[in-house]
Amino acid sequence: MLRTFFLSCLLLFSKSMLAQDIKGLITKVRQKIEKVNDYEASGKMKTNVAFLKVPLADVNVYFKKPNKLKLKSTKGVSFIPKGAVSFNINNLLSEDFSIIDAGTDKIGNTLVRVAKLLPNDDNSDVVLSTIYIDPVNNLLLKSKTTTKESGTYELLLSYGKYSEYGLPDKVVFSFNTKDYKLPKGITFDFETSSDNKAKTIKSNKGVAELLFSQYKINQGVAESIFK
Amino acid sequence: MWSLLQIELFKISKRPRTYLSFAAITAIVLIFQLAFKADGKSYMDLMLQNVQDNFELNKENAINGYFMCYIILNTLLVQIPILVALIAGDAISGEANMGTLRLMLTKPISRSQIILSKFIASFIYTILLLVWMAVMALFLSILIFGMDDMLIFRVKGEESQILQILKDDVIWRYFAAFGYAAIALTVIAALALLLSVFAENSIGPIITTVCIVIIFTIVSNLNVPVIDKNVKPWLFTSYLVGWKGFFYIGTNTEGQPIPGSIENWPAIRNSLFILIAHIFLLLGITIAVFRKKDILS
Repeated sequence: MLRTFFLSCLLLFSKSMLAQDIKGLITKVRQKIEKVNDYEASGKMKTNVAFLKVPLADVNVYFKKPNKLKLKSTKGVSFIPKGAVSFNINNLLSEDFSIIDAGTDKIGNTLVRVAKLLPNDDNSDVVLSTIYIDPVNNLLLKSKTTTKESGTYELLLSYGKYSEYGLPDKVVFSFNTKDYKLPKGITFDFETSSDNKAKTIKSNKGVAELLFSQYKINQGVAESIFK
Repeated sequence: MWSLLQIELFKISKRPRTYLSFAAITAIVLIFQLAFKADGKSYMDLMLQNVQDNFELNKENAINGYFMCYIILNTLLVQIPILVALIAGDAISGEANMGTLRLMLTKPISRSQIILSKFIASFIYTILLLVWMAVMALFLSILIFGMDDMLIFRVKGEESQILQILKDDVIWRYFAAFGYAAIALTVIAALALLLSVFAENSIGPIITTVCIVIIFTIVSNLNVPVIDKNVKPWLFTSYLVGWKGFFYIGTNTEGQPIPGSIENWPAIRNSLFILIAHIFLLLGITIAVFRKKDILS
């Protein structure tokens, strides 16, 4: 009887320790990114969506505390994924949420801690976020966010020389897309025999890959950029 | 032959209907440009549909001179053959109607030369029409809307696509497309000229040419598998839109456009061969019929 009581106490204690750990880890990640008041980053965006045949786009990303983020193309016509703003880690961690420790996992060769974030606000668009944190470097490596309106977003982040600020060099952003169907006949297309045979597997997943080459951190970003 | 051609060109230049074609193109293009300047975003919204739920697009940049020209050319697809038929359909039948054909044939010129000179004159008129269209639809649109990357909305087989061509990669495609259009419209000129041989007033061949173009175009766009397979390849109108092939840019395995590439050059080349074959065939029949024809008017 006494043995069972001690074991239960130990289990409860270790569980609460683990929960504390994950909270502590998230706090450390937050502290890291809070060193950044604003930044401007330039890079390239590769969009991979079944119906979009678009070239690499030159983009600039602007961020300003607390959670303003703007992704802009520097030239030409470009399709900017609307949910791309969710790659803002500040945004992800700024909400008031409850944390559930979901144990550990592996991303590549890195052992990561997994946490599920449940927003406390019933009106929040986010239903659930799952984050994967590298506990050694205190960096967010992956997140999955399920929203009420826009489906599920997934982020994969890789870090380089700006890891001390928690700013990624590469972001792979996956999102849900809707079917795109133009009514046949309005475009008067030139059809070739290969067009009729062309049947590809349709995917409702889109991927945008952002590669940042340079960050300007804490040098000030004009408010007008976010309008 | 040169003097004969000069005379034919002089005759075309003296007909009011020649300038009517240029005025019609000017009016249509200006209306389009005005409409898109006022509310081009509505058209863009229609074409983008639910893409806008997932993506933001700088529509102001997307509605540029290159895009405008493509839209205008797409819409003028049915009208331009009518304008070509207006002149080519009148070439022989107009002379017959005025009674000048018999007089003309009393001169020491072969009947083949007469047909050839009329055909070349119609071809030159077609080229001038296209040059004017390029000036109005392309260069004026660039002046009004500027230059930027070009978007192509397309249905390929069962799927719809949006292609983006970088602005440095567009202009050569227009030159190629206008070159192709010149050949395609020459088929219409050759057809109208052939029909003109059988008539004694110009209304008949002009209307018949227009009817053939409209009926064939409708059949070409029916999208019924049996017709697509068995009838469509035999209709010259199926190849009139081949100029668009220059804007279907090739893509790599990741779906990114390859600058300077064309998705299906063999299809364009084959279409060109078919159109050129039509020109020779129609012209050959015209010469053969005209050489044996009793000229009674």
